[in-house]
Amino acid sequence: MIRTPVVLLAALLASARVAGAADTVAITLPPEHGTLKPGPGMEVTQKACQMCHSVDYITIQPRGGEAQWRGVVTKMVKVFGAPIGSEDADAIVEYLSRAYGPGR
Amino acid sequence: MADPLSRRNFLAGVGAAGAALLLPRSGAVAGAVDPILSGRPLVRYPQKTDLILLTSRPPQLETPMKYFDRAITPNEAFFVRYHVFPIPTRVDLAEWRLRVGGLVDRPLELPMADLREKFPAVAITAACQCAGNSRGRFSPRVLGGQWGDGAMGNAEWVGARLRDVLQAAGVRTGAVDVTFNGLDAPAFPSVPDFVKSLPVARVMDWPEILIAYQMNGQPLPMLNGFPARLVVPGWYSTYWVKNLSEITVTDQPFEKYWMKPAYRIPDTPCGCVEPGTVPVRTVPISWMRTRSFIAAPENGARVPAGAPVPLKGIAFDGGYGIRAVEISDDGGRTWRTTTLGPDLGRYSFREWSARWMPATEGAHTVMVRALNGVGESQGMEPLWNPAGYLRNVVEHIDLEVG
Repeated sequence: MIRTPVVLLAALLASARVAGAADTVAITLPPEHGTLKPGPGMEVTQKACQMCHSVDYITIQPRGGEAQWRGVVTKMVKVFGAPIGSEDADAIVEYLSRAYGPGR
Repeated sequence: MADPLSRRNFLAGVGAAGAALLLPRSGAVAGAVDPILSGRPLVRYPQKTDLILLTSRPPQLETPMKYFDRAITPNEAFFVRYHVFPIPTRVDLAEWRLRVGGLVDRPLELPMADLREKFPAVAITAACQCAGNSRGRFSPRVLGGQWGDGAMGNAEWVGARLRDVLQAAGVRTGAVDVTFNGLDAPAFPSVPDFVKSLPVARVMDWPEILIAYQMNGQPLPMLNGFPARLVVPGWYSTYWVKNLSEITVTDQPFEKYWMKPAYRIPDTPCGCVEPGTVPVRTVPISWMRTRSFIAAPENGARVPAGAPVPLKGIAFDGGYGIRAVEISDDGGRTWRTTTLGPDLGRYSFREWSARWMPATEGAHTVMVRALNGVGESQGMEPLWNPAGYLRNVVEHIDLEVG
């Protein structure tokens, strides 16, 4: 059976006002989670990537070779404007391909 | 369900519980038998219960499967997915306004009281599912958020119709798209802000799109969009912009990053391509494909022999409603119908239940599939696209009997 939305009457409006009583809501986010595997290039990778996101964005990804990680780093630089020089980019790709390469 | 959170008791609650509430639950991990979820920590974020951590910043939290044994997903268990950081962590309704501008006769700056009182309040129960839900299960694997199946939820939303608000502003001739922006905004100007759009013709013809300020009878949790979010029933939740602050009517097609190239599917009848290939043309993702899940017993559970096993779960689709849910214990050769729960509307999760009698002791696989109101069902083989969207293959659980 198809049910269309119901325009609610005053009773629900009143209860909605009670439910919406909070005028300020504030939360505190928990600390970040996750670490990169140790290895040559780990520090530069961590520093560059953590500018914008936690490292679990890396560690959850499927393992992949240099082509995959080159693609990812290039996207971060070209699409998201990550300020990563080409030397650092090479070091990051090398690190990721080793630490998070196929079969790892 | 939690009591209404007044400012005083909410802030007090956070302070009193202290840091322990906010820390990852040490040692607690999700889905031991699930290859994608195995080892992921359970974490407790403010206003939320223990959820499966996908990423910390921006936060992405997945709902454990055990919550999908019922039609309504509790607010505290509802999944979280942000795209850019920082995200809003404090909203004062005395300052918050919903701005409506662009190609309109009367730009609006609506405080919450106006949104609640100047427009009819409309309730709709609708499923909210991430476009990439179950992406972790794609083969060949694809890059992106490696979700299990918990990037989905179902709630009763109450809010103003988007159409009513746009009519109050007066959409001018020549309008093309309507864009939606929230309070989340990237720290670096080079990172594209998360802004989504819908065609204006579609919006004005679709009264069910809401600007929702209430979720299951409560204000929205901050991480689910307080104080208001867009609800686009039947469409993937990429359009359900959270912490909504700005609606803009444009005179040009809106094609910024999160509309193009992000969140697009192959322009083919199935939205799929040969696994591992690249689509020739793409279109923005839109309506949800039919899905169904078995939430209880838990995948991998041991159940007693010689007694019927109660099965429970949910099914949903892109807005035609679920007509039937079926299960199979012989690899999909034969199917039997299940009992559907109450009809909460055509956009809602539909509960189903069954009693399954195992024929023998040992390992069994139970499959589930749904049929929607226009005969769309689920395939035995998964469809594939390079971004990992639209997954709707027949799901199953493995049980050990005896």
